Amino acid sequence: MNRHSILRVVAKFMIPYIMLFALYVQFHGDFGPGGGFQAGVIFAVGFILYALIFGIENGRKVLPAGVNRILLAGGVLLYAGVGVAGLLLEGNYLDYFVLAHDPVHGQHLGILLVELGVGITVASTMIALFYVFSGQDVRR
Amino acid sequence: MAATAIAIVRSRKLFAAVMLSGIFSLIAAVFYVHLTAVDVAFTEAAVGAGISTLLFLATLALTHTSTEEPHKPVRPLPLLIVVVTGAVLIYGTLDMPAYGDPEAPPNTHVIPRYINESGTEVGVPNIVTSVLASYRGYDTLGETVVIFTAGIGVLVLLGRGRRRWRPGLKSKNEDDEPGRGAEA
Repeated sequence: MNRHSILRVVAKFMIPYIMLFALYVQFHGDFGPGGGFQAGVIFAVGFILYALIFGIENGRKVLPAGVNRILLAGGVLLYAGVGVAGLLLEGNYLDYFVLAHDPVHGQHLGILLVELGVGITVASTMIALFYVFSGQDVRR
Repeated sequence: MAATAIAIVRSRKLFAAVMLSGIFSLIAAVFYVHLTAVDVAFTEAAVGAGISTLLFLATLALTHTSTEEPHKPVRPLPLLIVVVTGAVLIYGTLDMPAYGDPEAPPNTHVIPRYINESGTEVGVPNIVTSVLASYRGYDTLGETVVIFTAGIGVLVLLGRGRRRWRPGLKSKNEDDEPGRGAEA
């Protein structure tokens, strides 16, 4: 895709804003529409756009498939770990009230971490699917 | 929306069908906005119109872009089963409370609690977020695990990347390695 200079320039311009918007959706989900799920998808789309325009090999250099698989499991573990942290702090599983001294702050912290776990899992699942599909065409 | 759905079913060109399913999701998202379910509309637009269209296109690049099967004549038994199941489902919805009915069970039990007290209990302005991540934390954990399982399933089924699917390259590497060993 070296000849498509318009695509490359536009994508180069767009990708940082797509990523930034994903982070905004992720961390502003408490106040407006959005949350981990949507943010993960948008982040993955930004990354896939990069891989499509600048070559899948370059995309794999930015985020190796092995690291992506670790993130895939790490998101779920982060979510479940917040629940275990609640248990260790003498609360119920996924009880956020005990995470901080002030119950409302605990809820904020819990929701933030849980949404981050969802976002990481969704983004890395989408990227993993894209990697697998894009790796297939060599076979033919 | 119904017209788009019929067009998807009738279309023999899979590229057109993928594009139409994206349009279908976008129309659904507009409906959700109309029902003031902004979070759901956001998800529908991002997932349905965005990434699933992209994954469909990636799949199309690997397979054929049109179906070869001609239309088969209508078979009576499957049609009957589908019609009966649909009729039973519609009959089931008759028992449900009318849309926006203030006497409906969810509107009298959990929704007032969420609307009145989530501001002080959870302190998050977006009630959808507080319900999803706090009141219904287990459900969202299960949802995340489902996505994780889907990703793992695809990785297991289709291999972990490109190297496994290059028999030529792999055997070449295997040939190289003993050679290198002999040189050393």
